[in-house]
Amino acid sequence: MEVSPENEKRVRTRRSRVISRKIDRFFLALYDIFSFNVRFFKEVFLPPYEGKEIIRQCYEIGVRSLPLISLTGFIIGIVFMNQSRPSLAEFGATSWLPSLVSLAIVRALAPLVTALIGAGRIGSMIGAELGSMKVTEQIDAMEVSATNPFKFLVVSRVLATTFMIPALMMYTMLVALLGAYLNVSANEGTSFVTYFTQVFDAITFLDIFSSVIKSTLFGYTIGMVGCYKGYNSSKGTEGVGKAANSSVVTAMFLVFIEELLSLQVITALR
Amino acid sequence: MKKGQPVIDRSISVISIKNLVKSFGDLDVLRGVDLDLYKGENLVVLGKSGTGKSVLIKIISGLLRPDEGTVNVLGEDVPQLRGRDLDRLRLRIGFSFQNSALYDSMTIKKNLEFPLVRNQKDLTRGEVLQRVETVLDAVGLSQTINQMPSELSGGQRKRIGIARTLILNPDIMLYDEPTAGLDPITCIEINNLINEVQERFHTSSIIITHDLTCAKAVGDRMVMLLDGVFQRQGTFEEVFNTDDKRVKLFYDYNFID
Repeated sequence: MEVSPENEKRVRTRRSRVISRKIDRFFLALYDIFSFNVRFFKEVFLPPYEGKEIIRQCYEIGVRSLPLISLTGFIIGIVFMNQSRPSLAEFGATSWLPSLVSLAIVRALAPLVTALIGAGRIGSMIGAELGSMKVTEQIDAMEVSATNPFKFLVVSRVLATTFMIPALMMYTMLVALLGAYLNVSANEGTSFVTYFTQVFDAITFLDIFSSVIKSTLFGYTIGMVGCYKGYNSSKGTEGVGKAANSSVVTAMFLVFIEELLSLQVITALR
Repeated sequence: MKKGQPVIDRSISVISIKNLVKSFGDLDVLRGVDLDLYKGENLVVLGKSGTGKSVLIKIISGLLRPDEGTVNVLGEDVPQLRGRDLDRLRLRIGFSFQNSALYDSMTIKKNLEFPLVRNQKDLTRGEVLQRVETVLDAVGLSQTINQMPSELSGGQRKRIGIARTLILNPDIMLYDEPTAGLDPITCIEINNLINEVQERFHTSSIIITHDLTCAKAVGDRMVMLLDGVFQRQGTFEEVFNTDDKRVKLFYDYNFID
């Protein structure tokens, strides 16, 4: 069947309308995200300060993540040490294991693993919590009772993740190094003092400092993404699930992008 | 019919709305609404789902902004208010949400304390507790003080939602579908509670509903929202004494005795 020129024109017009609507929506979403971030920086400095809520969130986000972080960090230390051994053994360089593992853990593994666990556990928690508050009108209820919900819910959570992810990263670092020590001690008989002397000889202040800065950025991203997705969720319970899910996916994606970018900056500084 | 004689002062209009227009995209929800709520009055806003009843009270409480028109609440022009000025006005307006909107992560006590401790910082712990106990007693749920919202029934949640708004002693109460999703007995209890609140706390209220039993039980006056404007208003009988098919259909589907 032949398509008449008018029909073809109509189809083309419809397609171009759909594309232009999608482009509009993309830029509107970008503007929305930008405004959300700007609002955060405006509200964070203005009183009243939600000290109690920030501390409560730090506890929820930080302390309650400790079991998972401990287990993951410990296993990563053991596994990484185990996997690195054969390669170094080929060159008879197993004595370099502590230095190699410490560099890997401090520079990359600890910040990245903490951020990914944070995105999974904390990002989804924030997304789902705020999403459910949004669809059940709890956020509106807060607003009509003369409480600024953005400050109470968003600012406190983003600050908590920004503070707690670097703290959790330092903890992951120590636990992973300890796991690696147990492995190297069992296999090579390296003493505690020798191991940690080699570990600290291998790393510099810049290594730790850059990891802390990176983790702070990851923490901000995880909190902001979770809050944005939850705060703007819609479509009832389906929206809550979507908010939780897309909080995790988006935060993980952004963490990897930030890791790549920060790697370039740190390499240049080094 | 409604029991008791509330004291209504028709010379004082606590809410005055003129030519209110609100659209969402291409959808015109409110198309020139005029409304007055008098001091001490229970005004019922009737209408089908999706006709903009909830939008109306969200505009009154400043949750939504109108496209056109004036919304004067307790002498303040709501759309012009921002920040602390709007918050000050909101403290005088109680909003009971359709789904109660209780904070899931807090106990009933914390839910009730929340608006109080954040807005009246000079109160001692004892005074806060006393106020919590008073409003819980007013809604007949003193025993639930340490329970979580998830442990309560739908009717209990509605009552606690109303108690949370009463704790700030509002001048105006806005009820969004107070009997939606409740069994007939609980509906009667909620209707009685709305009347008790009017008498005991001397509030002026707007009750949004499509439940005519509720409307008849609590309303001093009714308005019916059809096609984005108030088509009918007056007493229950005045509103439904009409040949308008849309109004008759609304009545027939509510099974009023």
